[in-house]
Amino acid sequence: MTTPKQLLGSIASLRLTVICLAAAFVLVFAGTLAQVRLGLFFVQEQYFQSAFIWWSPTSGSFKIPVFPGGHLIGAVLLVNLIASLIHRFTVSWRKLGIQLIHIGIIVLLAGGFATDLFSVSSYMRIKEGASKNYSEDSSRMELAVTEITDKESDQITAVPGDLLAEGGTLTPKSLPFQIVVRGFYRNSTLSMIGQDAGSAVPAATQGAGTRISVQSKPRATKMDERDVMSAVLEIIPEGKGDSLGTWLVSDVMAEAQELHLNGRHWNLELRPARYYKPYRLMLEDFSHETYPGTQIPKDFSSKVILDDDVNNDHRQVVIYMNHPFRYLGDTYYQSGFEPDNSGTVLQVVRNPSYQAPYVACVIVSLGMMFQFTFTLVGFARRAKPATAP
Amino acid sequence: MKRLAPYLVLLAACLWIAASWHAPKLKPDSFDVRSFSRLPVLAGGRIKPLDTVARNSLLIMRGKQTLRLSNGESLEASRWLADVLFQASIADGYPVFAIANQDVLGMFGLPQANKRYCSYTELQPYLTKIDEEGQRAADTEAPKRTPFHTAIYNLRNSLVLYQQLKGSIHPENTKDFSKEIQSYAEAVAAAGTALKQGAATLTDDQRAPLAIAAARYESLAQFAHMLVVAPPAGGGVAAWLSTGTALLRVESPASIPVSVSAYARMGDALRAGNPASFAREADAYADWIGKQHPELAGRAGFEQRFNLSQPFYHSMVLYVGAFLLACASWLVCPKGLRKTAFLLLVLALAVHSFGMFSRMYLQGRPPVTNLYSSAIFVGWGAVLLGLVLERLFRDGIGAACAGMVGFITLVIAHHLGSNGDTLEMMTAVLDSNLWLATHVVVITAGYSAMFLAGMLAVIYVCLGVFTRLLTRESAQTLTRMVYGIICFATLFSFVGTVLGGIWADQSWGRFWGWDPKENGALLIVLWCAIILHSRWRGLVRQRGLMAMAICGNAITSFSWFGVNMLGVGLHTYGFMDKAFPWLVAFVLAQGALILLSRLPVRYWRSFRLEAGHCDFVATGDKPRCSL
Repeated sequence: MTTPKQLLGSIASLRLTVICLAAAFVLVFAGTLAQVRLGLFFVQEQYFQSAFIWWSPTSGSFKIPVFPGGHLIGAVLLVNLIASLIHRFTVSWRKLGIQLIHIGIIVLLAGGFATDLFSVSSYMRIKEGASKNYSEDSSRMELAVTEITDKESDQITAVPGDLLAEGGTLTPKSLPFQIVVRGFYRNSTLSMIGQDAGSAVPAATQGAGTRISVQSKPRATKMDERDVMSAVLEIIPEGKGDSLGTWLVSDVMAEAQELHLNGRHWNLELRPARYYKPYRLMLEDFSHETYPGTQIPKDFSSKVILDDDVNNDHRQVVIYMNHPFRYLGDTYYQSGFEPDNSGTVLQVVRNPSYQAPYVACVIVSLGMMFQFTFTLVGFARRAKPATAP
Repeated sequence: MKRLAPYLVLLAACLWIAASWHAPKLKPDSFDVRSFSRLPVLAGGRIKPLDTVARNSLLIMRGKQTLRLSNGESLEASRWLADVLFQASIADGYPVFAIANQDVLGMFGLPQANKRYCSYTELQPYLTKIDEEGQRAADTEAPKRTPFHTAIYNLRNSLVLYQQLKGSIHPENTKDFSKEIQSYAEAVAAAGTALKQGAATLTDDQRAPLAIAAARYESLAQFAHMLVVAPPAGGGVAAWLSTGTALLRVESPASIPVSVSAYARMGDALRAGNPASFAREADAYADWIGKQHPELAGRAGFEQRFNLSQPFYHSMVLYVGAFLLACASWLVCPKGLRKTAFLLLVLALAVHSFGMFSRMYLQGRPPVTNLYSSAIFVGWGAVLLGLVLERLFRDGIGAACAGMVGFITLVIAHHLGSNGDTLEMMTAVLDSNLWLATHVVVITAGYSAMFLAGMLAVIYVCLGVFTRLLTRESAQTLTRMVYGIICFATLFSFVGTVLGGIWADQSWGRFWGWDPKENGALLIVLWCAIILHSRWRGLVRQRGLMAMAICGNAITSFSWFGVNMLGVGLHTYGFMDKAFPWLVAFVLAQGALILLSRLPVRYWRSFRLEAGHCDFVATGDKPRCSL
């Protein structure tokens, strides 16, 4: 019969700490090497932000866990840390440093979990002179069905891309028709069908898709590439089921596809998910400086006008490298620019726990300084080797 | 006498270093390029002396900072540059392009030697071919290039650089540049007056010379490697011009910029074979620019001095000396040799620091800005820590480690520096002195500590296995040193990594992105944490700690260089294919040392006799030796 104290002791054991650290070491090393083959984002998803790393044979459909993932190791380490802090807690100057270090690491790990779970990153692309009140998340695509019958107000129905991936029939309540997924491509290339079409098959029977063929592609793994999602959708009116035909929608198609039914009009678009803000940003000027006589970039900066009617906040903001702009929980970073310098690309991050690392850094640094001053004094005095904490 | 000996050695070393501050003696009738070599120009985004341009260009083309001619004579970098700028026809004959690839040599129908230096004239018939193949190589990603294509790509870059250098002052086929620009300026002035006086258009006689000149200067403006025309006093860096651009803006003979006519006169003197006049013109121009831009000229002059003194080369030699003396001190004359080693190390560190702080002054940046400077700093930090150890323990071990790590890191730096200007400008995202001074410096100090701990462990293993020098006391001292240094490394690596995360949060919007370089730093932190916790838990003892510290060497080298070779992520500052075999060799060597450290105690020469006296610690039933 184990007492709660014994149980706590075994959860708090240093051996478990060492095992977790060793597992984390192996995971990080393997993950880093795997990035060469799989790319940064896949590895992040499969190695670091998962409970297990799964292995499945190339032909089989089953999968088996081969190694604990980042979330599992992190969680065990977190529990182990908290347990050991409680288990070994004593009030003494000698232990204060070590305790502070471990409290800081707990904050760091917990903050890391919170970031993985709650932080949302998106982009805002603004042309010079234009303004926007939403950012786009290219990792989450959505099918937007916008009713444009009434010129004054748009009625938008958004279907997440992951739902399209599952296939089948979608029947959104706000629409008088069903959407049947006839084709879905995580990553694809589109090509125009020329006069001498040859064997190319049009992707759809309606809209621009009649002149375009679509091919599936393996998912993008490089830093500078991303998936181009496409889908072929069949529209069937509610009730009497005469199909209106199929439409092609894709991330790379600039124009929305139009759809008419009983005197009403809709736009179909597959686009990055949008996050609307209660304010607008207008890009007044984007500048891209280089060092004189070279092509080495010196600075990128965006001069932006903030227009917030809700909070009555109207002012000019300059966003540049290493100087983000934080507003109402969102942080705007200078991330990139349009190829011809005609506009800016701002990264928008909403991370409720962004302060955790800052707090952790201060706590751990204090603890380490305290602890190592102790150790160093002993070391310099040729005292005996430091004892275990 | 015996007590004085260490100081005499120190004095000799000081004299040797002082001697390098003297400019080399001139041969009679040769051109004095001392003033010429410190003239400031704008190249690669910063003001630097012509000496630096010359040295870096030769380094890129030839792999060395001086030029050895076919007749065995050697030519100073600046003297070579003067020929390239002013009398290209002679410079074209110098063997400056190093070609080591057999296939490339074969392409030119040259005998397959190990390495060959070709001149521009020799390569001229193959320029189109080189350009085509080079373009093909440029279209392939660096990691996927064949050795042949890498070589041809580099050769093409060297040739482009050479051609740009040739077009930096005046067109290649110029005879008398002073006269040419004078008559050009007069023609411009005449045309201007004619237009002012109401002529609707210019006559063909007026237009023809202008059109020819404009075409010549237009191409100069486009291809110049550096901007040599200084603006009048007060003009900023952005106001520097190439001679071509400056000439296109000339309105009359009076408006020819001082820099242009000065370089023109220098060139004319060089072509005329008149050393006295060349030196006089260079002196005069150096004086002028010193008055107009005292700060820039002073800095350029300092940089030229810095180039000449080669502080890192000198400290490299001193580190080897100190290492050998410290090792010898374990066999003979312990006190005297140790003292000498210590003094030499202090001198080496002083010279090393002079070099590092000079670079900081020249660049106006914290010490670490690229891989080259990180190697300089890692060595500096490790030597400093090693000296502290030596001062505390006085047993020669700290000195030996400091000497070895200092030497190795400077050799690494030397090889990293062969890609051109090591004081390059920082790209936008890195342009933050605050973060360069905190995150980068702290994390690099962590590397220093890891390597020093690793080196101490290597000494423990080597002394223990191969010699009888490792006593029980010295083994314990070493253990405490390694433990202490690893604590240091943990502190620096952890704080540095977190600071890096905060910088990333400030500039990329995420604290942690699992980028390879970030992972590399995390690996060091995790490894330190594993070492410390294993030690506290009693999972490892002396030899285990040493093995882990040696493994730390391999991990740190992976984090420092290995991750940059993966070619993914935001920290890829260039693929270093040349360094890869060395990294693998280093890691394998660490593996071998770890295996060595696992040898049973009875095979360790130092412990063989003592094995009977081991402290047995009861852990379960199996008695274990505290070693």
